[in-house]
Amino acid sequence: MKSDDILVTLAVQFAIMSLLALGGANAVVPEIHRQAVELGHWMTERQFADFFAISQAAPGPNVMIVTLVGYHVAGLAGAAVTTLAMCGPTAILAFFFARAWDRFKHAPWREAIQSGLVPISVGLVGASAIVLVRAADHNWVAAAITAATAATAYFTRINPLFVFAIAGALGLAGLV
Amino acid sequence: MPDSAASPAPASHIPTHAELFLAFLKISVSGFGGTLPWTRRMFVEEKRWMTDAEFNDAYAVCQFLPGPNIVNLASVFGARMRGPTGSVACWCGFLGPPFLLMITIGALYARYGDAEVLRRVLGGIAAAVAGIMVATVARMAKPLFAQLAPAPFVMLAVVGAVVLLRLPLLAVLVVLVPVSIALAWWVRR
Repeated sequence: MKSDDILVTLAVQFAIMSLLALGGANAVVPEIHRQAVELGHWMTERQFADFFAISQAAPGPNVMIVTLVGYHVAGLAGAAVTTLAMCGPTAILAFFFARAWDRFKHAPWREAIQSGLVPISVGLVGASAIVLVRAADHNWVAAAITAATAATAYFTRINPLFVFAIAGALGLAGLV
Repeated sequence: MPDSAASPAPASHIPTHAELFLAFLKISVSGFGGTLPWTRRMFVEEKRWMTDAEFNDAYAVCQFLPGPNIVNLASVFGARMRGPTGSVACWCGFLGPPFLLMITIGALYARYGDAEVLRRVLGGIAAAVAGIMVATVARMAKPLFAQLAPAPFVMLAVVGAVVLLRLPLLAVLVVLVPVSIALAWWVRR
């Protein structure tokens, strides 16, 4: 009974999030954090940071963090529910929407909508970055890794996997 | 890497369901740290299903829509090629392998997540991943701050509402999306 309740909760919350994810899966990281850590107490701050790190470092789309969250909360069924709820509604929307949108390619109102949404999604990803920095940086070494990675990724085109490997090695050495 | 802008790419034939499935499977398993570059390479350079400009148009629509961008793209492209079942084929290829991988990792994490070695390694990687996000935001925000327009203020309002006030995302977007669109409309005239 209880596990059914949690599956319904996951389905509803992630389906809503799917439609709010302006700018992709990374835009709803603060909302997932709010639901899973602050309100639901489904996981600790550290586990949330771990899940996000795994979903970024592993192959596949970034949206897979919802699969890890779902699995952690309610096992295999939870993982299936969060993944489908996060990807399904918006994919169906895209299916019907793409053709209609093409027709209004040069309409001025379409341009206003498009340029109005850009700062919203940048703001959402910005909020995600702040939430992640707070979840990951418990000491000055971790903060230094974050700063160094940010500078490297901003100014160079080094493969992030390489940076992840170095950061993981520093962690293994007991520095973080 | 060949210059993708120079490659005129008429689709040789309409891909079958199996081809759609395999193409998205390959994109998915190569896509460390984001799948967009791999998707572009597959569509424009390898399979020549779209020209560079067509890909940009299709991606722009999917980026504008909420939700995971490439999942949307898989849905739209699969439907265009083979109807709804084409979408399903793309979806299964794209989401299937990472789903199985995440289940496996999730099970291992549940068992060994508290192990000291794993704690240390993940602690380092989580800090680096946060840094990547900071850089991504800096890149995205730079053009917004280049002009004197409402955009930077809208962006900061979103950050403040979500991070400082901790408002529910739905409430934030219901208020700020119309405001931002109205400002964009007003500025362009």
